[in-house]
Amino acid sequence: MEIYRAHVLCCGGTGCTSSGSAQLIERFEQKIAEAGLEKEVKVIRTGCFGLCEAGPVVIVYPEGTFYSRVRVEDVDEIVSEHLLKGRKVQHLVYTDHASHEQNANKSLNDINFYKHQKRVALRNCGVIDPENIDEYIAFDGYMALEKALTKMTREEVIDEILKSGLRGRGGGGFPTGLKWKFTYNSQADQKYVACNADEGDPGAFMDRSILEGDPHAVIEAMAIAGYAIGASEGYVYVRAEYPIAVKRLEIAINQAHEYGLLGKNIFGTDFSFDLKIRLGAGAFVCGEETALMRSIEGKRGEPTPRPPFPAVKGLFAKPTMLNNVETYANVPQIILKGADWFCEMGTEKSKGTKVFALGGKINNTGLVEVPMGTPLRTIIYDIGGGIPNGKAFKAVQTGGPSGGCLPAELLDTPVDYDNLIAAGSMMGSGGMIVMDEDNCMVDIARFFLDFTVDESCGKCAPCRIGTRRMLEILERIVEGKGEEGDIEKLENLANTIKATALCGLGQTAPNPVLSTLKFFRHEYEAHIKEKKCPAHHCQKLLQYVITDKCRGCTLCSKICPAGAITGSVKEMHHIDTAKCLKCGACIEKCRFGAIVKI
Amino acid sequence: MPDMKEKYGQLQQVIEELKDQPGALMPVLQKAQGIFGCVPMDVQKIIAEGLGVTLSEVYGVATFYAQFTLEPAGKYIISVCMGTACYVKGSQKVLDKLSEELNVPVGKTSADGLFTLNATRCLGACGLAPVMTVNEEVYGRLTPDDIPGIIAKYRELG
Repeated sequence: MEIYRAHVLCCGGTGCTSSGSAQLIERFEQKIAEAGLEKEVKVIRTGCFGLCEAGPVVIVYPEGTFYSRVRVEDVDEIVSEHLLKGRKVQHLVYTDHASHEQNANKSLNDINFYKHQKRVALRNCGVIDPENIDEYIAFDGYMALEKALTKMTREEVIDEILKSGLRGRGGGGFPTGLKWKFTYNSQADQKYVACNADEGDPGAFMDRSILEGDPHAVIEAMAIAGYAIGASEGYVYVRAEYPIAVKRLEIAINQAHEYGLLGKNIFGTDFSFDLKIRLGAGAFVCGEETALMRSIEGKRGEPTPRPPFPAVKGLFAKPTMLNNVETYANVPQIILKGADWFCEMGTEKSKGTKVFALGGKINNTGLVEVPMGTPLRTIIYDIGGGIPNGKAFKAVQTGGPSGGCLPAELLDTPVDYDNLIAAGSMMGSGGMIVMDEDNCMVDIARFFLDFTVDESCGKCAPCRIGTRRMLEILERIVEGKGEEGDIEKLENLANTIKATALCGLGQTAPNPVLSTLKFFRHEYEAHIKEKKCPAHHCQKLLQYVITDKCRGCTLCSKICPAGAITGSVKEMHHIDTAKCLKCGACIEKCRFGAIVKI
Repeated sequence: MPDMKEKYGQLQQVIEELKDQPGALMPVLQKAQGIFGCVPMDVQKIIAEGLGVTLSEVYGVATFYAQFTLEPAGKYIISVCMGTACYVKGSQKVLDKLSEELNVPVGKTSADGLFTLNATRCLGACGLAPVMTVNEEVYGRLTPDDIPGIIAKYRELG
């Protein structure tokens, strides 16, 4: 293996690829070759670093200099200054949002965004080349599989996972070890291991990042699971919308085959295991375990009643053990370092760490991994850098369409499975969307219901019909046609759907409405009774008016598409509310802040 | 059209390759969608015969999943992300602007056959919200003002 004096790590995750990291890598390779450094400096395309906000992200080692928002034009300077002359390019170094500090000598782990994090599931993301199995092996890859196969019995493996307290990271939080044990206990000629990579919660992208950044961790974990429960075959069900993840997973499976880490007689034992990839086709409900298995069978992805549970009768009617990507990513570490090590992290009932996808109105959007029990405030303010543009925090939405919105009063809640449920939301797969004062909570509830109505498979009536009725009421409310009694109707429907829907999608669909009703009831009441949207978001409830800050520059009257603005030069203008389309074009163009929404 | 014959040939080959594996219908439909750009009735009939399943089963699956379309899409498929992160950062306005600019409702194809406008599930590029894709190309941190320029670029390409 060649030794290089410096490494240039370029993020090849979906976020940074979208901001042009592929062109950066090409340019780096070209410029490094031109400078005659190709034997000294190596360019590596890694998985996601997590700080997507700052993308495309480049880290130069051995110094660990963290460059952010790097453009193709900047590459020449980094090569000629940093790589050739050893001088860091100060103006490209990442600037911390909160402190405005730009310190080229700070290592990655000292930056606020990373300082509070603890990376277990994401440990290799942004560190290794995911398309090179040797790099994974160099970071203890496949050692856990070797340990399990050659030094542990199947029962010992299951015991270790049970003792670790690992719970399903896909949302439900069911103890992983129990799932393994149940499937182990089932007697059958064939069993299956499956991986749920149909990450459907809007605003969650941790599973994609793990598959893109560290696909071998999932393969290794599935092989360990296969050994433990007695399965020789596994399926990874991954969204077709994740092309980079699918490609890297394919490469990784092929490499594992070449190295004999998948296939027949792994590590010279009598254990054989193989993996297949199945692509999802754009149906949210397929994230539900029984629906997912129907989809792998090539059928409509409709859930089936449980029992029978998949551990007894799952894929192709055989016992099947399904875990989510992030859950699997923890497994090799638990086997290698032991359950006691894992138990040291987290809270009493939620052990280990959790990956969150921070998004929405927050400075540092991206992926973060923190120990369970970290307060929301730490995640949003210390790691996330707070709310941009000096706006006020209003709510944080966790758990996707099954979760809820939590208000500022609950910011000190330590995040774990049970605390979030007690607070009226849930962990879900780990999406965390921050909303500021400009977001209307009734409209957010409508947004989620719109999503569920669209994604409902239609099999059971409470979900198919009930969620549509709820959506219709919410649509009326945001249009200013809400009536007395609507809130009670919503609550009534919500409780019925929760109690009677067939699967998790339906049972949790009312949560966004219930949680916003609990914490932001006044916003519903303002819409219904006063026909006002307190966040000034709902177009139908708004009026645009020009205040006396107007200097009569005439700009707004020129751009108004409806010709609703009149006024002479240097005189205060006026908006004809009857003609106004409420498009907001005038507000964006006004240089004096003279136009307001009331 | 001479190349249609070739496409049907490819489809037969796919069916032949996959028909013996369990749960073959989804992968076959996915390949067919790739070959034809959609899965119209005659393609579904061939798949049903090839796999030995009923046409209603094929139709049931083809209409269940958002990825399969029964009609051909435009040359450029514009997908505006309507995930939560993009929505709270204003993707609805971007979608509205596109609909206005292209004069086509969401989910439909423009009269010239050039653009199909879709609202899509979370693309997972939340760090760049609001996001849209035009075929494989990703556009992030969008405002409605960016739209006319982007559309003009593709109109020029034809």
